[in-house]
Amino acid sequence: MFPACRYSIQGVEMERFADEADVVIVGGGPAGLSAAIRLKQLANEQEKELRVCLVEKASQIGAHTLSGACLEPSALIELFPDWKERGAPLNTPVTEDLFSILTKKHRIPVPMLPGLPMNNHGNYIVRLGHFVRWLGEQAEELGVEIYPGYAAAEVLFHEDGSVKGIATNDVGIAKDGSPKDVFERGMELHAKVTLFGEGCHGHLAKQLYQRFNLRENCEPQTYAIGLKELWVIDEKKWRPGRIEHSVGWPLDRNTYGGSFLYHLNEGEPLVALGFVIGLDYTNPYLSPFREFQRWKHHPFIAKTLEGGDRIAYGARALNEGGYQSLPKVTFPGGMLIGCSPGFMNVPKIKGTHTAMKSGMLAAEAIFPKVTAEDPASETTGFHIPEYEENLKKSWIWKELYSVRNIRPSFHNYFGLYGGMLYTGVFYWIFRGKEPWTLKHAGLDSAQLKPAKECLPIEYPKPDGKLSFDLLSSVALSGTNHEGDQPPHLTLKDDSVPVARNLAIYDGPEQRFCPAGVYEYVPLETGEGMRLQINAQNCVHCKTCDIKDPSQNINWVVPEGSGGPAYNGM
Amino acid sequence: MSRVLVGVKRVIDYAVKVRVKPDHSGVVTDGVKHSMNPFCEIAVEEAVKLKEKKLFKEVVAVSCGPAQATETIRTALAMGCDRGIHVEVTGKDYESLGPLQVSKIFAALAKKEEASLVILGKQAIDDDCNQTGQMTAALLDWPQGTFASEVEIEGDKVKVVREIDGGLETIKINMPAVVTADLRLNTPRYATLPNIMKAKKKKIANMKPADLGVDIVSRLEVLRVDEPPTRLAGVKVETVDDLVAKLKESGTI
Repeated sequence: MFPACRYSIQGVEMERFADEADVVIVGGGPAGLSAAIRLKQLANEQEKELRVCLVEKASQIGAHTLSGACLEPSALIELFPDWKERGAPLNTPVTEDLFSILTKKHRIPVPMLPGLPMNNHGNYIVRLGHFVRWLGEQAEELGVEIYPGYAAAEVLFHEDGSVKGIATNDVGIAKDGSPKDVFERGMELHAKVTLFGEGCHGHLAKQLYQRFNLRENCEPQTYAIGLKELWVIDEKKWRPGRIEHSVGWPLDRNTYGGSFLYHLNEGEPLVALGFVIGLDYTNPYLSPFREFQRWKHHPFIAKTLEGGDRIAYGARALNEGGYQSLPKVTFPGGMLIGCSPGFMNVPKIKGTHTAMKSGMLAAEAIFPKVTAEDPASETTGFHIPEYEENLKKSWIWKELYSVRNIRPSFHNYFGLYGGMLYTGVFYWIFRGKEPWTLKHAGLDSAQLKPAKECLPIEYPKPDGKLSFDLLSSVALSGTNHEGDQPPHLTLKDDSVPVARNLAIYDGPEQRFCPAGVYEYVPLETGEGMRLQINAQNCVHCKTCDIKDPSQNINWVVPEGSGGPAYNGM
Repeated sequence: MSRVLVGVKRVIDYAVKVRVKPDHSGVVTDGVKHSMNPFCEIAVEEAVKLKEKKLFKEVVAVSCGPAQATETIRTALAMGCDRGIHVEVTGKDYESLGPLQVSKIFAALAKKEEASLVILGKQAIDDDCNQTGQMTAALLDWPQGTFASEVEIEGDKVKVVREIDGGLETIKINMPAVVTADLRLNTPRYATLPNIMKAKKKKIANMKPADLGVDIVSRLEVLRVDEPPTRLAGVKVETVDDLVAKLKESGTI
């Protein structure tokens, strides 16, 4: 299975310091923080003691958060009815909602009728990183112990197989696996229940699915990659509150994806824009990063960005599986919350409100159990199936059920246009009440066609004004890792990249990684190539772990504090 | 005579791309990733090592700045310092806080805490001033061992090996003294989670510069901050004559 250690240490003290909490939460995103906040709200209301510890791999809360984002405030209002007084950074109500189908030179506007899933009346454009930072401040005020800069690297188990907690990673290991002078073992955090809120495609969740067979009755998760930039634009072009979405060019009708461009209203003329591509794409020559860069040259987009300055860049994978891909979310000793199991409403392109709600439901199910005199759990780590039952009764479930057929409807000969037709008829008119449930196409990693069956794509060179090269983009993410540590992008079999990925698929990882981590370079001596892994560039998007056609790349968490330094992304 | 004072500064993390504020009054810091100045980490490590060798009884970490400075002090405590002092400076005062004011604060604290040794990083990576250690020593009229790559206590004296342009210089100075840490002095230890948890129980005293009798009014006014000009591509020429012609054209010769 997955080894807990990527290395072995001779002659070093292997005992770990351990501490106990009532609840441990892995991941300081909307789901994890909402769960923590709800737990403490209940504890304070009922005057009960509750130790809640949250660990987050980013150096500060919000630094690894990346999203469009357009927030539906429903869950926030439930969590904090007084969110406005508390200063939640929801500064940009949506004022205008535009949807376009792009062709190479033109734009076909599509009316945003009320009732269509993309309609955004009542929502806010937010910088999710700042919103998450604010949630972190609220959580700390309520007494949650938050530890940013510490990555949960290992799940711990009791003798009866239930989850006991987590351990943070050992630090001070050199690239070759040997201990440096500053080597120190990670720490164990034990809890009655451990919540896993790692976001899309969490590395610990991956292990839990296998161990507890959580995916036996659902379809595999399907994903997309989202790339994003922040631009300061010419004030004359700024329309605060305006939302723009597009589909079509530069993607062909059989590649799922589209763009977003949101005008923020926080003082300076800032726009958040980006491109999302379904990871079920079939052409190994496709580069999501370069599609994003060339989309910006479309006349309708370029006119907004001309004269502006790019100030940030980042990327992250997101879930698209929705209802069909939901796994079991409770198991002895733990639960899965947020984008990790995956509650994103794909046609709405919103997952924050459902992630928050799942965290809150988890907290409400846990609280009576961990504060009860007699916990009545058959396993040492608490198994709390009430969480899953409550999820199924909640608005999350209804919402995801009603949009379940939209994404899979894309898998037809007409691709995008078939999907839009389906949405128009079945969602807009019937609200997803049709009795059938369409299936997804299967694992994203299995969708690539061999390179010889596909045409390479001619991408234009970046012009340095609207479009940019990969490395200068990665620099803007602020990503960095301690250089002298074992690479956290591990290969199950070192020979597979050249033998399979390069030979059959022309090395697609060189193209789908938005951070330039993977490069096929000639061997120093003799003929042939090797895969060079520039782990320091990694922005923790998880795309490689998802899309590798050989499923040979296994993303594990690097030393805490490493990774991007997003500010309000 | 058994206390070491260590200064730690909270700076924008070195891997972050810095952006100038739209009004050109400074750089954007809100929400930007910050961390302890790398040379301060080395200073803390040295101080803690000296305490572990039982040459000193107590290490006190000091930082000047707004509320977030306590996070930096907390990291120093997790690395092994015993207690912290947060000298609160906020808003416009913080924007104009420079080496002269900080060294006045450190000098006052060194006297108040009866420190035998003050260890600072040689410079901060945001302003690159390389002045605070030297000014602090001057205000206290104490000897200074700057750019230290080796520090050894010999009785009531400190032997410092300094990295200088010509190579290495070894000096011996009397304590109390100021030492500033250079890159090769040591490799700082990690602030591990159990130590961060323990550090939450260590004390951080809070005070204002006025409490130390220090006036932090700046004698410098920043007029404008700009990005460095974009580097233009060079021009290649075929012959020496072309080169001379181009140089004449640009008015260089």
